[in-house]
Amino acid sequence: MLRTMLIAVAMVAGAAQPLLAADTASDPKAEFKAFREYFTSRFPKVALDDFVNGPYSMDEGLRKQWKAIDEFPPYEFAVDKGKEMFATPFKNGKTYGDCFPNKGIGIRQTYPRFDEKSGQVITLDVALNQCREANGEKPFDYTKDDMAALTAYMAFTSRGKAMDINIPDDPRALAAYTKGKEYFYTRRGQLNFSCASCHVQNPGNRIRTEVLAPALGIMNALPIYRSAWGGMGTTSRRLRTCNSQVRGVPLKAESEEYRNVEYYLSYMANGLPISGPGARP
Amino acid sequence: MRTRILIGLAVAASVAGFGAAALAASADDFKAAYEKAQAADKEAAALKNQWTTTEDELKKAKAAADAGKFDEAVKHAQEAEALAHASVAQAKAEEKLWPDAVIR
Repeated sequence: MLRTMLIAVAMVAGAAQPLLAADTASDPKAEFKAFREYFTSRFPKVALDDFVNGPYSMDEGLRKQWKAIDEFPPYEFAVDKGKEMFATPFKNGKTYGDCFPNKGIGIRQTYPRFDEKSGQVITLDVALNQCREANGEKPFDYTKDDMAALTAYMAFTSRGKAMDINIPDDPRALAAYTKGKEYFYTRRGQLNFSCASCHVQNPGNRIRTEVLAPALGIMNALPIYRSAWGGMGTTSRRLRTCNSQVRGVPLKAESEEYRNVEYYLSYMANGLPISGPGARP
Repeated sequence: MRTRILIGLAVAASVAGFGAAALAASADDFKAAYEKAQAADKEAAALKNQWTTTEDELKKAKAAADAGKFDEAVKHAQEAEALAHASVAQAKAEEKLWPDAVIR
């Protein structure tokens, strides 16, 4: 009960802060510029393209370990598995490549995209399951190894390509972007953290043993192999884990909120190279 | 004098026992506390801001009730309710506060 009261007191104190800029209207181009300037000003020694390497761009010691680990990349098995899955025909004879432009090679940087037909943000993971279902196959679990392998392979074929996310001239697309921004900056869970608490306010700092990654380019490395997991993790797995770590109940994988926040962060990373699949401590 | 002391002790023990019996929670007390906690948690769910600690306390409350430990069950249910109310308050406060954190 004391713990609950302390949290309530902390929240009331937070709520008492003045509302200095309570407007929620979005101007993606201006916000993109401000977002980039924030990180490049705060970390002037980090090369712009290096932000996609997350904690390794922040910590020299970790970077050395990563370089050593990357001689035998722990995600390699997932890339190989994904490549094989990608080439294996469905029961109807078609393949994943038939569902995507350029047969699905080198296109990861264009996801997530806003689908004007459904009015929804479609992530690469969702597009892959849509492809499976359109071809009579059951969808994969968004948090498990099969989805991680497919997206790892597609990211691998797109390495170095600049993130290229569009917000079409459609109020629903702007609304999705704004909702993603809201999710990113909203505090949640008993620990009262937002995504931004770690990845805007504290990149480079440690939370327990982990060095926090900057939000700029954070989506470019996904999916990732995490040593802490002893395996691969999809974007959904990463987001759900973030929620749990702040003692919030995770949302459903690929829920609208998760897709929107991926849309927002990927737009903020426009122009930065795809570095996935990544490896993280 | 000795008799009076013994009588006094017996009365005190009786009062203490009666008091303990009066304070012991029943299955109905648990049910009422649990329903209140669930209602608050449902409100948090509608705001998509449930806390894992609320869920943990609800589970502990249910487990204690299943074991017939209603005092403990009520305590966990009340803790769950308090946590759920805090998560609702957080979600409502954040609806107004989040723009303050946006990089501009």
